[in-house]
Amino acid sequence: MACFLVPTAEAVIVTVAAQIIKSNEKKAPTLNDSVAGAIADAVDETKVTLSRKLMWLARMLWGGALLLAFEHVWHGEVVPWFPFLTAASDPTDAAVMLHEMSTIGVSMAVLVTAVWICMVLAANAITKRAPKHASAAV
Amino acid sequence: MTLLITVTAAIICTIIWYKKAPKDEMKVGILCIMYWGASIMWLVDAIFEYAELKAEFFTPAVEDMVNDSYLGFSVVALGLIVWLIILLIKDPKGKVKAALLKKQ
Repeated sequence: MACFLVPTAEAVIVTVAAQIIKSNEKKAPTLNDSVAGAIADAVDETKVTLSRKLMWLARMLWGGALLLAFEHVWHGEVVPWFPFLTAASDPTDAAVMLHEMSTIGVSMAVLVTAVWICMVLAANAITKRAPKHASAAV
Repeated sequence: MTLLITVTAAIICTIIWYKKAPKDEMKVGILCIMYWGASIMWLVDAIFEYAELKAEFFTPAVEDMVNDSYLGFSVVALGLIVWLIILLIKDPKGKVKAALLKKQ
């Protein structure tokens, strides 16, 4: 009925967090020394920033929530006039809606986050892995 | 059917993204991640529906299947529209800007 609102709320929080972290990453002091700077650049090339990883989660949540919201419009559960959710106008339906949000909605947000954690772990493992041509030479 | 259609779209987009990676000039990565996000959410929906309907879940009425397929294709189309808007606004190849600045 309104399960997409839970991932949407998470998407807002994650997007704000990603933007704050991104601005902090830009502010981080850089090494002036050319050799040290070159080393730092080389390290950065093999590292995916936290803000970028968070944007993966945000995009997954925004995209999923948007397409899910469209499904709710399709089924007449979301309308373009107040109170926007048809279930919200009736107390009995509102209780069902809140139950659905706390079960299906929360499960959706949890599963998307779990998949994202797996993505981050996989990305870390892949970036740490030696390049193919280097391992073949060894 | 909606889940199946969205997962298929996500797989196709992922293959296209991988073929072009690490270049992502067409921003296919955004489309990929959007379809995967929706697929995961519909998977949860399907699990809850299965828990309620049990075996009946796998034998939907023809009318419901047609409606779900129609919805699935509409969802894929909406995803493509969102991706196209993002692509034109971000304009990674600078083609929109070049077209706008082109002298008559």
